[in-house]
Amino acid sequence: MESKHVHQQIAAMRQSFFDEEVLDEKFSQLEQLEGKDNPNFVEEVFTMYFRDSTAFLETIEQAMKTIPIDSIKVDNILHQLKGSSASVGANKVLKEVNKTRQVLGKGNLEGTKAGILELRKEYDSFKAKLEPYFQLKQANSVAQEK
Amino acid sequence: MNVSSVKGSMSISSSTSTWKAGDTISDQFPAGLRVLVVDDDPTCLMILEKMLIACLYKVTKCNRAETALSKLRENKNGYDIVLSDVHMPDMDGFKLLEHIGLEMDLPVIMMSADDGKQVVMKGVTHGACDYLIKPVRIEALKNLWQHVVRKRKNEWKEFEQSGSVEEGDRQPKQSDDADYSSSANEGNWKGSKRRKDEEEETDERDDTSTLKKPRVVWSVELHQQFVAAVNQLGIDKAVPKKILELMNVPGLTRENVASHLQKYRLYLRRLSGVSQHQSNLSTIISAQDPTFGSLSSLSGLDLQTLAATGQLPAQSLARLQAAGLGRATAKSAVPITLVDQRNIFSFENPKLRFGEGQQQHMTNKQQVNLLHGIPTTMEPKQLVSLRHAAQSVGNMNMQVPPHGPQSSQNNPLLMQMGQQQQQQKSRGQILVDSTINHAPRLSSMGQPILSNGMATNVSSRSGIPENIRAPGYSQTPSMLNFPMKHASELPGNCFPLGSTPGVSNLTSKGAFQEDVNSEIKGSGGFMPSYDVFNDLNQHKPQSWELQNVGIAFDSSQHSNSLQGNLDLTQSALGQQGFSSGQMNGHNRSAAVASKAMFSTGDVKELRSAQNVNQHLNNLLVDNTIRVKSERVCDTSPANIFPDHFGQDDLMSALLKQQESVASSENEFDFDGYSMNNIPV
Repeated sequence: MESKHVHQQIAAMRQSFFDEEVLDEKFSQLEQLEGKDNPNFVEEVFTMYFRDSTAFLETIEQAMKTIPIDSIKVDNILHQLKGSSASVGANKVLKEVNKTRQVLGKGNLEGTKAGILELRKEYDSFKAKLEPYFQLKQANSVAQEK
Repeated sequence: MNVSSVKGSMSISSSTSTWKAGDTISDQFPAGLRVLVVDDDPTCLMILEKMLIACLYKVTKCNRAETALSKLRENKNGYDIVLSDVHMPDMDGFKLLEHIGLEMDLPVIMMSADDGKQVVMKGVTHGACDYLIKPVRIEALKNLWQHVVRKRKNEWKEFEQSGSVEEGDRQPKQSDDADYSSSANEGNWKGSKRRKDEEEETDERDDTSTLKKPRVVWSVELHQQFVAAVNQLGIDKAVPKKILELMNVPGLTRENVASHLQKYRLYLRRLSGVSQHQSNLSTIISAQDPTFGSLSSLSGLDLQTLAATGQLPAQSLARLQAAGLGRATAKSAVPITLVDQRNIFSFENPKLRFGEGQQQHMTNKQQVNLLHGIPTTMEPKQLVSLRHAAQSVGNMNMQVPPHGPQSSQNNPLLMQMGQQQQQQKSRGQILVDSTINHAPRLSSMGQPILSNGMATNVSSRSGIPENIRAPGYSQTPSMLNFPMKHASELPGNCFPLGSTPGVSNLTSKGAFQEDVNSEIKGSGGFMPSYDVFNDLNQHKPQSWELQNVGIAFDSSQHSNSLQGNLDLTQSALGQQGFSSGQMNGHNRSAAVASKAMFSTGDVKELRSAQNVNQHLNNLLVDNTIRVKSERVCDTSPANIFPDHFGQDDLMSALLKQQESVASSENEFDFDGYSMNNIPV
């Protein structure tokens, strides 16, 4: 059946995230918080996360272009990103954030720039994976309601 | 549920009206626990809210610290616990923590993605009940209610122990106002003061609690001004009226300041207690001093932090010692100072049980003062700093950094004396001098030691890290040893200590420090003064009260010293929460010391020392005091005295002295004042 197929597809997608370690157990914990009264909780969280993180990354990229570079500001934003990424289970993104922060901490601005590039790549890839997942899920639940 | 009963009883604490509120939810506790969560990150905030709801708590969320504070102020009893992020744009999480602690006295849990030890330590030392690393797991939130119960229970216990925390707090305040100069009343001082205090206290209480005056919101700036004023005046001299003058804020009344001062003291006390719980003095006392920085600002908080961090203890101790010692020299005055000190501290030390105990109390207070004294500026600061503990961890009473202000005399004595004296206001200069000599040493040595001992002892409440007694001692031991040696030399000095009530305390303090170093224990010399401090430590309810004995540097010192140190530190630090446990061992030495003191022939001195201790203890904090007075000198090991010999004897001697002195401040019956009476 269609819904069954979609269902399987969704499940497979989800499993792949764990396999690739794009997501960690925090994600499962969030899923457990979902209930009848708020079935889209996880999606809401991620929507918020993507919205804020995209803004953060842009701010960081801007900051890295200014001269002189305000490392404190960059570090603060990275710290924010660290907290939110960890809270949603964005494993790989979190790793990149930590790496970049470390490099920045040592004063290596060039290294930081490279790190931020990596972070941007990882983040974009993460977003690209999760968004269709949620869309599918949403579509499926709507379809199921019908 | 126990919770409800605890809650009910908790309401006595003035600071937490929430307790009453707590009663209402006790039925389905922990469900319905009212949590206020503050985090500037909306994603995290949303997740936390969801998790808290899943735990069946009642959640209120804010994304700004100012919003959270105003919500808390509007509805003081509306929340049971606060969850706050550390990094926030409008206000630092630690500042918020401090405010909440001061104004509402609610348990606060910090959160952060940062798991660096320093930050976590900072959280602990600032009085956070817990520190969670993001991502926060729901299991961690499920345990939130434990913090609420624990806190209430502690406060309630404190209340009980002190007999009247508020009264205690108030008393010093009152005494500051009224009895400061007349504290020398012997015998009746305590009684009359108490009466007066009580009256005033009630008035204040009424003012603050019943009167519906336009509430003063203690904003960050206002509080900073308040803290600055208190620091400037010195914790023991911080009278609401003077604070008010210094602050020079139009529209602010003395009652406002008085009640805020009371809460601040409670907060400091709590901090030391919290830190004690949290750190449990596991931090090393290593005499790391650097943190000590400004002595004056150390106050109990610093100690606490020290204790919490374990790093300071050594330093703070040393400082304290130094401070104490410094005082000794500076003050040499007298008995009166003792009394005054007692007054000041009395609020903290709820009960001075026996003369000895009182001394401890005194010492507590005095310790706080003493420490201040040494650096000369420490006094006020010490007390204040106690409150502020979190700030300068290093500072803790130890402000003594000037270690050697006093001369290189055997610090132990000096320290003790210094400490006590300082606080007491130079009880007996003579003693001071002698102690001072010691103190320098002690301070240097003692510092680490002190910090250890003291930290452990004192910090328990006021966050005097000293309680940490633990491992840090190693450093001090060597130091203490010095004093110890001197101690033997000092015997002569010791006596003078006895004569000067303050001095003796100081010495005891110093001695305690040594004691603290456990290593020193063997060396004994410290002695008696430690006893006083030991009391402070309260570790053991033994009657360390003798701690003040300080004079007994001699052999008894060894054992006493340990305790003495502990006591000293405690008292010096004014630590509120002397870690009772720690002192036990120390107390013994202190007890011995005190005995030794007596043996030296100056019972009076002992008493005075004790008084000092007691005084200090009183000052220190209810918590600590209680412990101290309880502390009875255990049969101190070996040093000089085979055991407390007669603590009872001592006690009675002390009592006699004290009686004349004017029973001090809070619970002591004879308070350190007896030292004053000691006919030199």
